[in-house]
Amino acid sequence: MLNLDATFSGLADPTRRAILSRLASGEATVLELAKPFKMSQPAVSRHLKVLETAGLIVRRVEGTKRPCRLSGEGLAAVDEWLNVLRAGLARNYDRLDRVLAEMQPPTE
Amino acid sequence: MSLILKTEGDTHVVVTRRFAAPPKSVYLAHTTPELVQQWMLGPDGWTMPVCVMEPWPGGKIRYEWANGKGHSFYLTGECLEMNPYRRLVHVERMHLPDPTPDNHVETIFEEDGDGTLMTMRMTLPDGATRAAMLATGMEGGMEASYVRLDQLTSVQVPATANS
Repeated sequence: MLNLDATFSGLADPTRRAILSRLASGEATVLELAKPFKMSQPAVSRHLKVLETAGLIVRRVEGTKRPCRLSGEGLAAVDEWLNVLRAGLARNYDRLDRVLAEMQPPTE
Repeated sequence: MSLILKTEGDTHVVVTRRFAAPPKSVYLAHTTPELVQQWMLGPDGWTMPVCVMEPWPGGKIRYEWANGKGHSFYLTGECLEMNPYRRLVHVERMHLPDPTPDNHVETIFEEDGDGTLMTMRMTLPDGATRAAMLATGMEGGMEASYVRLDQLTSVQVPATANS
């Protein structure tokens, strides 16, 4: 069960979002990810761990490497949550439609 | 009518919605306490027993919601700019009971045929705050107001204001 807090905090960091953008163009290893960000591998690994926990990336084992790629799971959770929020707001505005229908047309 | 809710950049949440009524009506429904109390309620079963909305720059906002089962929470804010009947700018925070960081909200009402296109643009202090608001603050606040999916999908009995 994904924790939405983890997903949002995963997204709440510019470096991690940059990593996600990079992964949007395809799978990459820690080494490949570390290069453009001028970061140490351990630092990148820490970010990857956060992204993995957040359900935003998955990693597979290939020999000694563990390439990362995007995972839809985390974003789907965010999207689902936004949908719930959207549904709540939609309900308010449906109510507002009825209030407006009952209002006297405003005089100019 | 369809509502669009999306995040924009690092710090914004933007909501758009069309209404059949003209901008003046929609503006008044947002700035008249007796009208706000009729619609800004979240799921069925919630009411807004306290509604303060002083529609002038510096005017106070205070909305209190209750579900009649001992649950309640409130929001406070201030009106910053009022351009009748086109634009409202206010700041708000939820009290859960600790206050959430300020949410700066600009609401624009544009003529759209006979109706109104409303665009509500929320700005949070930074990306982390928006994330926190979306993940906890707003959810916490709207939890009471919005979040229960089963309530959202339950059969709605319209609050018939038989006037």
